[in-house]
Amino acid sequence: MTMRKASLIQGNRACTEGALAAGVRFYAGYPITPSTEIAEIMSEELPKLGGKFVQMEDEIAGMACILGAALTGKKVLTASSGPGISLKQEAIGYAAMAEIPCVIVNVQRLGPSTGGPTSSAQGDIMQARWGTHGDHPIIALCPSSVYECFTLTVTAVNFAEKFRTPVYVLLDEIVGHMRENVELPTYEEIKIIDRKKPTCAPKEYKPYKIDESMIPAMADFGTGYKWHVTGLFHDETGFPTGKTDVIDSQLNRLMTKFSKYEDEILLWEENQLEDAEILLVAYGSTARSALDAIETLRNEGIKVGLFRPITIWPFPEKVLRGKLEKLKHIIVPEMNYGQLMLEVERVCKDKVSVSGLFKVNGLPITPDEIIAKVREVL
Amino acid sequence: MRPDLHHLFRIDKLPHIWCPGCGHGIITRTIGEAIAESDLDLEQTVIVSGIGCSSRASGYMNFDTLHTLHGRALAFATGVKLSNPQLNVFVLTGDGDATAIGGNHFIHAARRNINLNVILFNNNIYGMTGGQYSPLTPTGKMATTSPYGNIENNFDIPALAIASGASYVARGTAFHDKLLVDCIKEGIKNKGFSLIEAMSMCPTSYGRRNKMGTPADMLNDLKTSAVNINVAKKLTPEKLEGKFLIGTLHHKPYREFTEEYDKLIDRLRKEDI
Ligand SMILES: Cc1ncc(C[n+]2csc(CCOP(=O)(O)OP(=O)(O)O)c2C)c(N)n1
Ligand code: SF4
Ligand SMILES: [Mg+2]
Repeated sequence: MTMRKASLIQGNRACTEGALAAGVRFYAGYPITPSTEIAEIMSEELPKLGGKFVQMEDEIAGMACILGAALTGKKVLTASSGPGISLKQEAIGYAAMAEIPCVIVNVQRLGPSTGGPTSSAQGDIMQARWGTHGDHPIIALCPSSVYECFTLTVTAVNFAEKFRTPVYVLLDEIVGHMRENVELPTYEEIKIIDRKKPTCAPKEYKPYKIDESMIPAMADFGTGYKWHVTGLFHDETGFPTGKTDVIDSQLNRLMTKFSKYEDEILLWEENQLEDAEILLVAYGSTARSALDAIETLRNEGIKVGLFRPITIWPFPEKVLRGKLEKLKHIIVPEMNYGQLMLEVERVCKDKVSVSGLFKVNGLPITPDEIIAKVREVL
Repeated sequence: MRPDLHHLFRIDKLPHIWCPGCGHGIITRTIGEAIAESDLDLEQTVIVSGIGCSSRASGYMNFDTLHTLHGRALAFATGVKLSNPQLNVFVLTGDGDATAIGGNHFIHAARRNINLNVILFNNNIYGMTGGQYSPLTPTGKMATTSPYGNIENNFDIPALAIASGASYVARGTAFHDKLLVDCIKEGIKNKGFSLIEAMSMCPTSYGRRNKMGTPADMLNDLKTSAVNINVAKKLTPEKLEGKFLIGTLHHKPYREFTEEYDKLIDRLRKEDI
């Protein structure tokens, strides 16, 4: 697998290749457009690698099934879209609570409900953050090219393993179905992270006891550690507790467990931001239109730049706040009614005014529409 | 408890949360006995449960234990077993957990004939949430959500399991505990989906509301309502009116899911050479 030639491949395929390269060996899910190619490719590739694929009876089962597999030590992934992602929410909360590494690929389609199966959207930004009940940590990454579908799925698997958390890869239908001629990294070129395993004797093992890393070591089922996993509030031994001070400190740790890793987790890209007066904050396929618009506007001497959050959750708020000095206005184009704009506003509005450009009809936001919006605010 | 079973339980987690007179403790003990008598590698044994009073049993058992979500134990267990078929996987579930919210997973796990040992604690009620009717609450019985008597029909769990593809199906009760141990042991031996319906009792949320007397009276009801399948063969339909069968009700081994998957992996490896 050393030599990889450039080839014309789809975002969903690149995502699957990334998963396999990162070491994913278990997939469970239920077919749904526009994510189905991921299941299909997995069903073909996994058994060849000694891995397992299973088409479950619904998305709830798909999510639960990968968590069971993750507990035996496998790297796991499931993919779905809109209605299916909604069904998975309870088990995603379980993964956050019990700290089980897993990756959920959401190829976003137009919602709510059955909505538009083959239409693109970016309407699940807030669902990714708050879709399951209760306060919980989450990481969500958002590729905007076929190449990134590969690299960010590798990163997602690594983050899941390192931080013992569910991680979303948020594609939109356009990115998932888009074909680009790409040369994917070789296996030698990518960095792989495995979860930390306990080194103590089984008798001493406390599955939720942390060291300075904040992330507890995780034993594989079947290796003699005999530990208990539950979605109930538990203490560091893993057993349920009703003690409010323990609940308090456990949830506190959960909510802050990535904080010291922000430098590693927060990913973003900038384009012509240094002298920009107007900033576009765009992600996924919309960022591609934004880049196009910037080129046209710059040729006219209009100082426009791009900030593209790649890590959507946690939102790179400190990074963005550090870029506001010369800005006169921020525009957030997105294929929803302002889900990320709310976040940008929260972070920036005391220094710079923010407006949105929304389109929620299944069609992409075009460069011309962005150009028109920029002219409007000039 | 038999001292030779102590190592199978987390004695330090006792006392348990169950009410005095609850049948779930007896059934949990029979699972321990069956494991003790089955020569299983205890470090290679995983207990998965859903949510409910019955599903709390996993926390008292000294294995890798996975207390999951309401209804989803079989879906989690499918992931555990498929990803590592060496593991002996038990699923402890309630009548509500397995046949209401988890009904879909129940029929599909049985259809795959995946090698899981499922012990379904049937107390005919949602015990944990205070006594709402379940798909196993008999027609006419009182529950907090059937205050005028239940007008719905019940599942026949063994029939459901057999029709869905389970290769071993049996029933025991909290009274017939020796038989229950034997059934669980047979289930362990069966390489496929084994469903053991364990008739339990919930004096707190079901017995009291239906004026079924003391826990001892409820246990006696289990004794008198159950007929061993071998005895039943000689009885007339009139004699069997209002009774339920216990013992091994179905045993037909056939292709098991995780073995078929491993065969597929082997086949692809050979084709690759
Ligand atoms: C998704 C979801 N819905 C509802 C509940 C509430 N709930 C917890 S246990 C239970 C019923 C359990 O009944 P059963 O499975 O028969 O177990 P028992 O308590 O009777 O042993 C219900 C409805 C829940 N925990 N999760
Ligand atoms: S409520 Fe019923 S099922 Fe639950 S512990 Fe009490 S007696 Fe047992
Ligand atoms: Mg019940």
